[in-house]
Amino acid sequence: MTVTESLARELGLTAEEYGRVLSIMGRTPSLTELGIFSAMWSEHCSYKSSRKWLRQLPTTAPWVVHGPGENAGVVDIGHGYVAIFKIESHNHPSFIEPYQGAATGVGGILRDIFAMGARPIANLNALRFGAPENPMTRRIIDGVVRGIGGYGNCVGVPTVGGEINFHQAYDTNPLVNAMTVGLARKDKVFLSAAVGVGNPVVYVGSRTGRDGIHGATMSSAEFDKEALSKRPTVQVGDPFIEKLLIEACLELMATDAILSIQDMGAAGLTSSAVEMASKGGVGITLDLDAVPQRETGMSAYEMMLSESQERMLMVLRPDRTDIARQIFEKWELDCAIIGHLTETGHLIVKHRGVVEADIPLTPLVDQAPVYDRPFVPQPPAAPLGKVYAPLSLDDMLLRLLESPDLCSRAWVWNQYDSTVGGQTVFRPGMADAAVVRVEETSIGLALTTDCTPRYCQANARVGAAQAVAETWRNITATGARPLAITDNLNFGNPEKPEVMGQIVGAIEGMAEACKALDFPVVSGNVSLYNETRHADGSTRAILPTPVIGGLGLLEDIHCAVGLGLHEGEDLVLIGATQGVLGQSLWLREILGQEEGDPPCIDWHAERRNGDFVRKSIQSGDITACHDISDGGILVAVAEMIMASGVGCELESPDSGIRPEAFWFGEDQSRYLVCTENGAYLCEQAAQADVPARIIGKTGGHALIFPSGVTISITRLKSAHMSFFPALMAG
Amino acid sequence: MKTAIIVFPGTNRERDMILALRRVTQEPPRLIWHHETELGKVDLVVLPGGFSYGDYLRCGAMAAHSPIMGAVRDFAAQGGHILGICNGFQILTETRLLPGALLQNAHLRFLSQDCHLRVETQDSPFTCRWKKGDVFRTPLAHGDGHFTADAQTLERLEAEGRVAFRYVDATGRAFDSDPQCNPNGSLNSIAGVLSDNRRICGMMPHPENLVDPLMGGVDGLPLFEGVVEAIVR
Repeated sequence: MTVTESLARELGLTAEEYGRVLSIMGRTPSLTELGIFSAMWSEHCSYKSSRKWLRQLPTTAPWVVHGPGENAGVVDIGHGYVAIFKIESHNHPSFIEPYQGAATGVGGILRDIFAMGARPIANLNALRFGAPENPMTRRIIDGVVRGIGGYGNCVGVPTVGGEINFHQAYDTNPLVNAMTVGLARKDKVFLSAAVGVGNPVVYVGSRTGRDGIHGATMSSAEFDKEALSKRPTVQVGDPFIEKLLIEACLELMATDAILSIQDMGAAGLTSSAVEMASKGGVGITLDLDAVPQRETGMSAYEMMLSESQERMLMVLRPDRTDIARQIFEKWELDCAIIGHLTETGHLIVKHRGVVEADIPLTPLVDQAPVYDRPFVPQPPAAPLGKVYAPLSLDDMLLRLLESPDLCSRAWVWNQYDSTVGGQTVFRPGMADAAVVRVEETSIGLALTTDCTPRYCQANARVGAAQAVAETWRNITATGARPLAITDNLNFGNPEKPEVMGQIVGAIEGMAEACKALDFPVVSGNVSLYNETRHADGSTRAILPTPVIGGLGLLEDIHCAVGLGLHEGEDLVLIGATQGVLGQSLWLREILGQEEGDPPCIDWHAERRNGDFVRKSIQSGDITACHDISDGGILVAVAEMIMASGVGCELESPDSGIRPEAFWFGEDQSRYLVCTENGAYLCEQAAQADVPARIIGKTGGHALIFPSGVTISITRLKSAHMSFFPALMAG
Repeated sequence: MKTAIIVFPGTNRERDMILALRRVTQEPPRLIWHHETELGKVDLVVLPGGFSYGDYLRCGAMAAHSPIMGAVRDFAAQGGHILGICNGFQILTETRLLPGALLQNAHLRFLSQDCHLRVETQDSPFTCRWKKGDVFRTPLAHGDGHFTADAQTLERLEAEGRVAFRYVDATGRAFDSDPQCNPNGSLNSIAGVLSDNRRICGMMPHPENLVDPLMGGVDGLPLFEGVVEAIVR
């Protein structure tokens, strides 16, 4: 095949980018070389549309060991341990082939974590599906949930948390964001920069096949009607091999054999070889004849761009290759020396005696395009006029509890093994964040994923800031100290100024929140072109969805609290309530309106309220805690009741606010807490300048409204539990 | 007391089992790789949960032919104590050390949730710390836990009191056809069975995941305490 500009365009490069390739190479590139440029310069690998803006995110703190730039972020959690974590999207593949798309999403993020020397100890996810009425939604949910479970359950990493939203904007572009958290000794963290000219480059894991070729490029374009014919670009996962790979890598990491290591993820051998060599400032020569292959007759192009799963690339000490061989033989995995590091500064790829590629690494990496794409600021959301409650409080509560975005996710999480490993303290549904113990210590990690896309659609800046704050709050609500986040920025086509405006706004909002809360970003992923082109030429983008994955530290895991109410205590509302109904779930589910500004955050109040709650949990004054988010106070109370089966009698708010606004408003920076002595807690709060008031008394088997109207716990639960089984039945 | 945990490629609950055994014995359990052919001196062999060989072919079918299983069979023949949980139970039925078979869950989905078990006999090392009829809570996590056996075998298991645990509701009542009580659709709601010498026990749920207040309770602990008591005595 002759390389031409039109072929370059087919592979996703623009004419200008192809011109840059020509000037770097000083000649027409070979097909393999063109493929390498196309993959490395894809949006997925190069972050060319977002890089300029991502620079404003804070990435450092005294506890951050490694921020963005490594396979995953690393934070110090004390006792000689670090937590290593990252979130990554697998959106496009999960629409094309939901099971394998989701499964390999989990597999890919796991490898990022154990490549750094950490044993993966928890998986989380953030999922967005289309409208429940769309028949395709059911098929996608079924495949995605089976895929996440099929992979995570088999590798033996508990899936401890996640979130799900539904919206028609995700009809043909579901979002599957997977997060993994791992644990390593602080002095045994492995990095990817290649070390030592002459050292062997070793390939381990599954054999290379023709699957997933150009997956990174596929993920960097919008979908059209041909999307489903792109199935060959989706990889096929094998969690059994991944489990062996985890154990074999960790066993080898316990020796001193490994100098550098990186997983082969998007753009496979190409990106791992290029990134390792360029970070290490060395050249690399690969001999593709030595690559373990699953199929015959593969070309250099195919091998360099294959995204076959469960593979790692490492640089070993030359005198330790035998140890590696023994360990990989024990685990029955392939292990082969496929190249070595050089002084040339070039990536040289040889195959059947022919040099198929010879690319100078510095310009390949440094001259990757960075775009300052034009953008228009997001228009303000349609103003919210006067609204009135059409139903009684209890009817509206039940309607909300059974709505797709608020109903119980038990149907989903009951398919994920959440206890394997024996360290899970709070499983899904037990607390605002999942809590996992750090083995053999008294410390624990609080983990969560959060985003409210409808807020971001109305105002990406406010919505993205809210996502960071919600993460911080969910961690705080267990008693943990929020340490750091990983972000997964899911947006539409950045070449459209209005989408670019959402991206710019969201990153600014995140930066503001991270700075205000001392909550740095240590890793992340950007997924753009989440759009579908319809037959009539129109396109539809997803809601802007900047998902935040957060990690917090519990110094004494015995102090952690869940969200279930305790019998015979006071229920206290922390934080100020004005009754903000703009973009609330009440507005959307009860009145069918998506209007108004999303709730804003006062950072001073956010920190003050959160710090007070955390301190009171740690001192034992709070026995249960739940942040107030979707659906407001009343939904939060119902969730606390259902979590433990203990009822609550509410007091009249006497707030001067209309009842529906008081009970369903989504004002930020608020928590509901359960305490033995409400008066004492309110006194403490007053001293800390934190608004607090008793709003109920716990006990019994029902939710009792100030009016005397009663809903039994059984009734609450039947509303809450009905949606998923009904949607997925038959 | 010396304990050994067999590790197959794909085993993933060996660490959970170490935690449980360490709570009841002083000596740390030995991990034995499936390629080995001897158990050494050992009082209890545990086949833990996981996906040995990725559950390819059939759950437990490949592991049943691993080199170490010859030694496990000999150990059983000499009256050794063996506990198989989840995938371990599947392996024990595949090796015919326990009767019956485990099929895909009745509704064909993986299940991870708490269940309630009723102790059906006090007469075994694994159940001696409970009283017959006691009900306890324990997590389960499996895709293939539907216990089945031919009518004759079932009858024999029941008649000989070799059903160790049955799935029940929180009040202790069994309803075979109610997924709330019998989540995977097992025949006679059977969750765990015993060998005819009562020294081999296989069960699908995970008592090893409920042995510490931080795990949410210690409801699974009596099983491990009972084995230690029976063996040490």
